[in-house]
Amino acid sequence: MKRLLRDYRGAFGALVLAIAVTCAIAAPLVTGGDPTAQRDIVATRFLAPLSTDGTGAFHLLGTDRFGRDVWTRLAYGARVSLGVGVLSVLISITVGVAVGAVAGYWRGPLAVTLLGLTDFALALPRIVVLLLLAALWRPSTALVVIVLGFTGWMSVARLVHGEVRALAARPFVEGAVAVGARRLRVLARHILPNALTPVIVAAALGVGNAITFEASLSFLGLGVQPPTPSWGNMIASGRDVLVNAPWVATAPGVALVLVVVACTLLGDAVRDALEPSAVSHQPSAPVS
Amino acid sequence: MLTRLAARALAGFGVVAGVVTLTFFLLQVAPGDPVEHLLGPAATPDQIATQRHALGLDRPIAIQYTAWVSRFIRGDWGISIAKGRPVRSVLGDAWPATVRLVGLSLVLTYLLGIVIGAVQAHRRGSRTDTALSVITVTLFAVPGFWLGLMLVMMFTYWARVLPAFGAAGLDADYLTGWSRLADGLRHLALPLVTLTLIGVGGSARFVRGAMLDLGSQAFVTTAHAKGLSPWQVTLRHTLRNALTPVVTLLGLSLPALFSGAVLVETVFAWPGVGRVFVEAVQARDYPVVTAATAVSATLVVLGNLLADALAAWLDPRLR
Repeated sequence: MKRLLRDYRGAFGALVLAIAVTCAIAAPLVTGGDPTAQRDIVATRFLAPLSTDGTGAFHLLGTDRFGRDVWTRLAYGARVSLGVGVLSVLISITVGVAVGAVAGYWRGPLAVTLLGLTDFALALPRIVVLLLLAALWRPSTALVVIVLGFTGWMSVARLVHGEVRALAARPFVEGAVAVGARRLRVLARHILPNALTPVIVAAALGVGNAITFEASLSFLGLGVQPPTPSWGNMIASGRDVLVNAPWVATAPGVALVLVVVACTLLGDAVRDALEPSAVSHQPSAPVS
Repeated sequence: MLTRLAARALAGFGVVAGVVTLTFFLLQVAPGDPVEHLLGPAATPDQIATQRHALGLDRPIAIQYTAWVSRFIRGDWGISIAKGRPVRSVLGDAWPATVRLVGLSLVLTYLLGIVIGAVQAHRRGSRTDTALSVITVTLFAVPGFWLGLMLVMMFTYWARVLPAFGAAGLDADYLTGWSRLADGLRHLALPLVTLTLIGVGGSARFVRGAMLDLGSQAFVTTAHAKGLSPWQVTLRHTLRNALTPVVTLLGLSLPALFSGAVLVETVFAWPGVGRVFVEAVQARDYPVVTAATAVSATLVVLGNLLADALAAWLDPRLR
């Protein structure tokens, strides 16, 4: 942990994420309240950042076309965007670790089938699958989480598969087998705990990736539905008013980039901190 | 080498077939009946039943699937529900624009990525390296659709120098020669820059990593020891060996590039497969969705094959 925070990348990433998570959790405290509140639309719409409207309310990042406060929507949108990112990565990791562990530890037709399935799923353009699934069912936040979760497990499965196969040949695993431990126990207690480092790194990067995909889907109108704010649909709502109110699309985009950069840097730093011996300079593969 | 490529091609065909099958069955299990979409809410149950029979939707699913596959293979991809034109002509008009945009951006992404990554690896730990790292990690994180909007804001609305959407101006049909080419290039500029910038972050990071991983190997030490200048070592020895994984990555990054293209095409109203796909999805135009899925999977598979062939050409050990 200390090593992680001494690394400037880790410190920056942790700081940005901490701020974003705090704002998301404490959204009612750090903002003026309701993200969907509209007052007198004509008087309060398209107010520039750092302005005060007729009722005396201060707008740090200005207002959008309905006179809603952009900063309030940004903080509440962080709840949705970060929540979707974390939950979908949890699904990806659960599925990926299960598939990878089973395919790596039990050889035979099951492993071949699982690996074939993984390669097949990896060859699909994810956005195509996402759009297809999001279009077939009614768009909702829950659907975005599920769809992102079940289209992001493949690279985790590949990572875990490789680790498990390498670990299964190590003496401590042979020892566990020799003293009569059952296979499932060997896998769960001895192999998996040692195989999780790359998974943690992939998860950190995957959260950033999932947030971007959520924003993309919401931008296309197939993700989180308005008036619930998410960074993606906020950017979409700012698209038509780029000329007279550029801040509506700029603010959520900058927040998104900062959070994704933070996830990437934190992922790199975690990898270097956990595996100082095997430092590769290669950027880690995200869950994608 | 040829058998290997043939095996890969076969696997690729399997992927495309799998995608098409998956799409077919997803459309079957999805809520909502295409006939109800087609006829609208005012249709009587009788009309729906007649239309279902006319489209063959009342037959067993296995028979529907074989009939659909045989028509699909023969090139009968159905009629677009939203546009009323054959799906084949809708996609046939769209794919050259996508290949032009994605192909050019692919070349630029990797050329720039290799140059930036090589400079960073050569000057490892310097200020240049750090500055470029900050830039590449940021570009890596920027969503393409947002970058596109920001560029439109700057170059179209503020500077008023480049058009914001489309592949040609309204008067393009009347232009000839150089002015027509210039018009095309002006329209290509923003989508191409957007797609390239979001890709460069990833490719530069990868090239830097691949080169630094090679830095401590014996052949690099040898090259230094025999008195080559640092740049000669970087260019002739490290970079050339780092290119093989880069070419492999090129193949693997095609799905991501296609994803980027889907969004960037939507932002810039670029008349390519990505935009056709998004519009079809939003209009629930199922025949177009299925065909566009198949086309995109085919493009990705072909790209992977190309990357394989390139890697083998670069590295004789892989032949």
